[in-house]
Amino acid sequence: MSALLDVRNLAVRYGAAEILRGVSFSVSEGEWLMIAGPNGAGKSTIINAVTRGVRYSGEIYCDGRDIARIKPRELARSVGVLAQNHYVGYAFTVEEVVRLGRYSHTSGFLSRGDGGGDSAVEAAIDAAGLRPMLKQSVLSLSGGELQRAFLAQLLAQNPSLLILDEPTNHLDLVYQKGLFELITAWLKTPGRAVVSVIHDLSLARAFGSRAILLDRGTVVADGTPDGALSPENLSKVYGMDVYGWFSHMLGQWGAGE
Amino acid sequence: MVYAVFVVVLLASFGVSLLFGSVPVSARDCIAALRGAITGVKPAGSSVYIASLRIPRALTAGLVGATLSLTGAAMQGLLKNPLADGSTLGVSSGASLGAVIAIITRVSIPGLPFSGTTVLASCGAFLSLLLILSLAYRLDGSLSTNTIILVGVIFSMFASSVIQILVTFAGHRARDIMFWTMGSLSGKGRGDVLLMLFAFAVFGGVLFSLSRELNAFAVGEDNARAVGVNVRRVKLAVLICVSALIGISVSVAGTVAFVGLVTPHMVRMVTGPNHRRLMPASAIAGASFLMLCDLISRTVLNPRELPIGVVTSLIGAVVFIYIFYAARRRGQ
Repeated sequence: MSALLDVRNLAVRYGAAEILRGVSFSVSEGEWLMIAGPNGAGKSTIINAVTRGVRYSGEIYCDGRDIARIKPRELARSVGVLAQNHYVGYAFTVEEVVRLGRYSHTSGFLSRGDGGGDSAVEAAIDAAGLRPMLKQSVLSLSGGELQRAFLAQLLAQNPSLLILDEPTNHLDLVYQKGLFELITAWLKTPGRAVVSVIHDLSLARAFGSRAILLDRGTVVADGTPDGALSPENLSKVYGMDVYGWFSHMLGQWGAGE
Repeated sequence: MVYAVFVVVLLASFGVSLLFGSVPVSARDCIAALRGAITGVKPAGSSVYIASLRIPRALTAGLVGATLSLTGAAMQGLLKNPLADGSTLGVSSGASLGAVIAIITRVSIPGLPFSGTTVLASCGAFLSLLLILSLAYRLDGSLSTNTIILVGVIFSMFASSVIQILVTFAGHRARDIMFWTMGSLSGKGRGDVLLMLFAFAVFGGVLFSLSRELNAFAVGEDNARAVGVNVRRVKLAVLICVSALIGISVSVAGTVAFVGLVTPHMVRMVTGPNHRRLMPASAIAGASFLMLCDLISRTVLNPRELPIGVVTSLIGAVVFIYIFYAARRRGQ
């Protein structure tokens, strides 16, 4: 069986700076891969490479096909990305933003509806709980609601691989929980996989089925979340006692009660 | 419903453009002239004047207005920038420079009288657009509103200076060039109408067909890429169409500033930002707007005529400041 995503020897440079080098990993059906690492380790750059937002060297295969050789529409049908930040400049309605997710399923110029498009859009809107604000302008939404609008767009796009870039950024705990439960349910359908770039190491360990740890552009550990994000690995990469810090924080919490 | 209102305004603007002017005419003569123009019957009396002067002029004004508004709407979507337009981006100045070079060097393609100006104006528009966008990219990778407008304004000043230098060597044609750089619709005939109609149908047609892609860009270029838009190809197609449309408009009517900025902005308040509605409505509203501006330009100082660019700039500058002020107050 071919992996849903297979990255081989990926390297990215911005001018003289080498952001990624020799990065290899793969993601198979049913997996939730967590990409962790300190700021500037190159986590988001991996996502930009997979969506062809930056020039890269090395090879990236999606469902066994080289992404450099497939059309943007085809790529979007297999890989979908939830961006970290959303700045919408115009007053599009929530529904219009969600509907854009069907773009890759329509064929070429002047095409209108697509088979199953409307039902996919409706299902996505319900899954993200956006029904009450369908006709609302996206400019009037809170950060969490905007994130859900783009999540619904992604669900309507219906790719087999979801890529989430720092999905819990700007989200309060209720939204975080809702988002992770939704993704967990989404992943139960066969043929799907999830990759998320994540800062929150406790979420990475709780939800990930695999993890890779990045440091200054290279993969330093790849394995189970507990193995890859072990206290020794984290201390080495972050240059501090991560576990001690977490225990200290939770201890404080307990003491306050 | 909204479209019906737009169309009524368009027809009313056209009617008013035929009725009023330096010479008073009756509504009956206007109708006779229009019927003559459609059926091919030679008109008589003051209908001659309407048929040969006012109808082509009003149609040219309408088509130039529709074209400029359409390009403004497309650029504002593509760059996700509500202040983008041929005049603020400096593309119109680039087109003018191309056209002035064509006039001075008398470049032309045999058999097509105005082709030299048209082709060089379009090339000037495209080259300046490439230059301005790549410069803005280098200064600030996100193509933010302020950077791109600043680069556009600087480029406009540069292009205007070069035009001034060329004009000093232009001899007896200097006055024509000066009047034309401020925009003029006087003496427009059937050829101009057909040229504009062709440009609008071909390049405007491509822009209309890209409304979904432009929606995706207006939400954000990264989002457009994520949903599967061929970002490079669409961007190139839009830039080529916009350059050709601005270039051809400039070669026909000179520099008519601010139409492409003001109309889509006002129309967006009514139709919302969806390009499938925004672009047709902007084209219709732009046609009405420029016909009325042309009416003002040829009646307000009768028998003298104001360059149309002066009228649109006066109105546009006020609206531009209002937009900027309103956006700042909303905290953007």
